[in-house]
This record gives sequence, C-alpha cells and structure tokens, in this order.
Amino acid sequence: MMHGHESRRRALLERGFHALCLGAVLLPLGLLALLVGDVLVDAAPRLSWDFLTSYPSRRAAQAGILPGLVGSLYLIGLTAAIALPLGVGAALYLEEYGKRGWLARLIEVNIANLAGVPSIIYGLLGLELFVRALGMGRSLLAGACTMALLILPIVIMASREALRTVPNTVREGAYALGATHWQVVRQVVLPLAFPGILTGAILSVSRAIGEAAPLIVVGALTYIAFLPRGIDSPFTALPIQIFNWVSRPQEAFMVNAAAGIVVLLATLLLLNGLAIYLRNRLQRRRYW
Amino acid sequence: MAQARQRAGTLREQIIERALLGSGVISVVTTAAILAVLAVETVAFFREVPLSRFLADTQWTPLFADKHFGIWPLLFGTLLTSAIAIAVALPFGLLAAIYLSELAPDRVRRLLKPLLEVLAGVPTIVYGYFALVVVTPLLQRVVPGLAGFNALSPGIVMGVMIIPMISSLSEDALHAVPMTVKEGAYALGAGRLETLFRVTIPSAFSGITASVVLAISRAIGETMIVAIAAGQQPRFTLDPRVPIETMTAYIVQISLGDTPRGTIEYRTIFVVGAALFLMTFAMNLFSQRMARRFRKGDG
Repeated sequence: MMHGHESRRRALLERGFHALCLGAVLLPLGLLALLVGDVLVDAAPRLSWDFLTSYPSRRAAQAGILPGLVGSLYLIGLTAAIALPLGVGAALYLEEYGKRGWLARLIEVNIANLAGVPSIIYGLLGLELFVRALGMGRSLLAGACTMALLILPIVIMASREALRTVPNTVREGAYALGATHWQVVRQVVLPLAFPGILTGAILSVSRAIGEAAPLIVVGALTYIAFLPRGIDSPFTALPIQIFNWVSRPQEAFMVNAAAGIVVLLATLLLLNGLAIYLRNRLQRRRYW
Repeated sequence: MAQARQRAGTLREQIIERALLGSGVISVVTTAAILAVLAVETVAFFREVPLSRFLADTQWTPLFADKHFGIWPLLFGTLLTSAIAIAVALPFGLLAAIYLSELAPDRVRRLLKPLLEVLAGVPTIVYGYFALVVVTPLLQRVVPGLAGFNALSPGIVMGVMIIPMISSLSEDALHAVPMTVKEGAYALGAGRLETLFRVTIPSAFSGITASVVLAISRAIGETMIVAIAAGQQPRFTLDPRVPIETMTAYIVQISLGDTPRGTIEYRTIFVVGAALFLMTFAMNLFSQRMARRFRKGDG
C-alpha cells in the first residue's frame, strides 16, 4: 500500500516534470508566433506596393523602403561574391589539403574564435580597415567587405561540413584512375559536395541580411533618397532603415518599422526556402 | 614533351594549393587586423586618458564638456541586461535541452528542434522592435516605475533569443552521456528523474557550462536589441527599470553621429570595443575548452 502510493507520487512527479520541459520548448515558440503575428497586424496598414517602391520621407505615410531593399540586395550579392570563393577555398584547403599541418590547425582554431566575435567588432574593423585605410569610404563595397569577413567563418564551417559528406572511396577511385589532386577536388569532390555548400552559403548570406550593427559602424546611411549607383556609392540596408524608423518617437513611423520588418522577414523566408528547395532538388542525384 | 607537360601540371597543382591556403590565411589575417585596429586606437586613447580615469571613475560622459571616462556605467549596463537574459534563457534552455534529449519521442524532437533554432535566426532588429513596442508596454502594467527605455525588457527578449544557444549545446552534452551510465543508475533502482538529476545532468555538466558561457558571451556582444530598447544613458546602476546604456549601444550611438576621426570621442568606441572583445574572447575560449572536455567524454 505504501509502496503503491509512493510509485503513484513518483509517476505524477515525472509527468509534471515532462510537462514543464515541454512547456519550456513551447512557450518561447509561442512568444515567437506572437511576435510575428503582432508585427503583421502592426504592419498591415502600410503594406502595399507603394511601400516597396517609394523612397523614405519625412511624412511617414509616404515613406517607402525601396533604397533599403535594393541596398540589401546589392549588399548580399556583393558579400556573397567576396565570401563564397574565400570560404569554399579555405574549406577545401582544410579538408582536402593541409589536414595535419600546423598552419591548418592555426587556421582552424582561429575560425572557431572568429565565429564568436561580436558583430559590432567587425564593424570597428571595417571602419578602420576598409573605410579609412583602404580608402573605400562609407561605400557599398566597404559594407560588403565587412559583412564578408563576418560571415566567412560560417561559410567555411558549412562548406567543410559538406565536403566531409563526400566518402573517401570516391576520392580514391579518382586517384586510381590517375587523376591529380586538383582534378580529384575539382571534378569529383566539389560537384558532389555542391548541394551542401550551396545550402550553407545561402544560410550564411541570410545571416548577413539581418545584421545591422556592423553596417551602422561602417557608416551606412539612415536616410537616403537614391539607389546605389555602383560599388563606391553610399548605401542603406533593410535593417538600417528599420532601425531609423524604430528610433523615431512618432507612432506613425513605428508602423513603417513593422512593415519594414515584414519585408525583411519575407526576404529571409524566401532565401531559406530557396536553400531547402535547392538542397532537395540537387541531392536527388546521389551516387552512394 | 610529356615531361614538360607534367612539370607544368605540378606547378599548376602547387599554385592552386597556395591559392587555397591563401584564402584560409585570410581568416588569420582578420583576427590579426581586429587586434591591431583595437590596439592602436586603445593605446592612443590611453595616451590622453590615464588608465586610472578609465577604471576608477563612475561616470561616462565623453560627449559632454565635463568629460568623464569611467567604464563602469557601460559595463554595468552590459552586465545587467546580460544577467537578465541569462536568468530567462538558462531555465528555459536547460529544460528544453532535457526535453529534446531525454523525454521527447523522436518524431516530436525532429519537429521541435529546428523550430527552436528559428529563435536564434530571427534578426536582432526584429527582437528590438518587439522589446520596445510590445514587451515594455506589457511590463509597464506590472512593474511600477518602469521607464519607456529600460534594461528589463531588452534583457528578457535577449534571453528568448539565446535559448537555442543553451538548449542545443546542452542537448548535445546530455546526449553524449553514455547509455551504460544511465542504465547503471536504473539498475540500482533509480527512477527517471533521479537518474536525470543525479547522473545524467552531473555527467553533462561541462557541456552545459560551455553552453551557458557561450550564451553569456553572445548576450554581452548583442547590439541592436539594447540599442533600440535600453536607452542611451550610461548610468552606474543595477536598477533594471531605468534607461541605461550598454557597451555595444554606446558604439552604435557614436557611430550614428559624425565624430571626426582622431578625436578622443572617436577613440572611445575602440576602447569600449577592445573591452568587449576581451570579455567575449575570454568567455569563448573558456567555453570551447569546456566543450572539448565533454566531447572527449570525461565529463
């Protein structure tokens, strides 16, 4: 009798704890849903085609996000063009070439540390190195170089992950046919790892879209009434424009900020969806 | 002829290897450049302002006529918001990790884990908006004397953001505890909860510590949430209800104005940046060391 009571108490306790743990997962997710829902409701009055195609304005109701949207697209395009070759190259070196050398180990430790550096510190680096020392000014190029350094560790780690999925037997087969090291890498390993590299690349770049802090330090403008004309042009980006609107005291600009957030989240969702779609499509032709 | 072609081939191979190595070295150069940039401006700063004024003053007013350079108000702002964030993220992250690793059926786990990761993928500017527009007004109904800008609301929101950082690394650590160890506990008559709290969690302790330290470092370096919702008033206080300023938010504030290069005001952002870098770097190193310990499997 005592024993049955004790075990019932224990079962109850276990069930209670189970519920508590599940709650710890569901409550934050509920909060996230609430956040997205709230932003959508706040944004509804401003979400229109006009909002996407207009320039910022002193009058909240006429202000649009065009320069931010175009700036962000240019910025991530340029960031990707800089970070991807470097990142994939570094990953190839670490996985396919210098596996056990001291230099490879130094690079490896260093990448792990860089990944933990706060993004705003990259802004300080970009300000001194790209904007001042290399004379790029507060330009799109300086912003993209800064962002490229910021996402480089993520690109490298994702690419290495993808390279590691290529089985060694495939490499050995190619060597057995007389291929050189680079031929093996270029014609066998890279094509096989490509879907994984691509997915990782898109996910890393989507991290860059949401980043505001380093761009503020590098000197992205918060009020801009033109589109970037080239890589040396001043620029703004979606999160910068949103930050500018959030910082204003007038209620009307908060609606703009919410609408800007919807545009930002939609862009992110689109990119992530694309990454998943490409991965599923390309991965269908597996050889092993 | 064939030999010449072969030699050209080897040269090509070597050039390619060098080029790949070069792209790897860029990351090392990046670290060196960060250190150099922070060091140069910091040294220049301390040539004008003695270290004692930086460490022994409790006011931070570089933009005023009466300039004070005491780092403590910014440091307190940063520590306050980070502490609040951890107070939120630690229980949630840990319980979520326990659920995902020990309790959830496999199908549920595969659904919930990526959803939880989404929390860390939402841009911080979105969380900042949420803190300012939703959470602060809600809290103002409950917390008397809560200002429009405060440490509490961005701290809580930041906590939600870093839940996945704690849950995912802690989950790995819990998962790495060998089944045989748990089975040993069950064999001794321990129940599920006893096994969890007396055996599994203590065994995973270094991994859990690693996740928490990493999350603290992330909270210290987080910028946009606090820049939007915590205010711009460096204040030597631990009161979570009043406007404060964090180290990161200060860098944003100065960057938004036009502070000419070479002035002492300009240099302050690098000094604050250097302090920020040192703090997060030390924490990341510590966290990596702890994480390596659990990966090796000796608790």
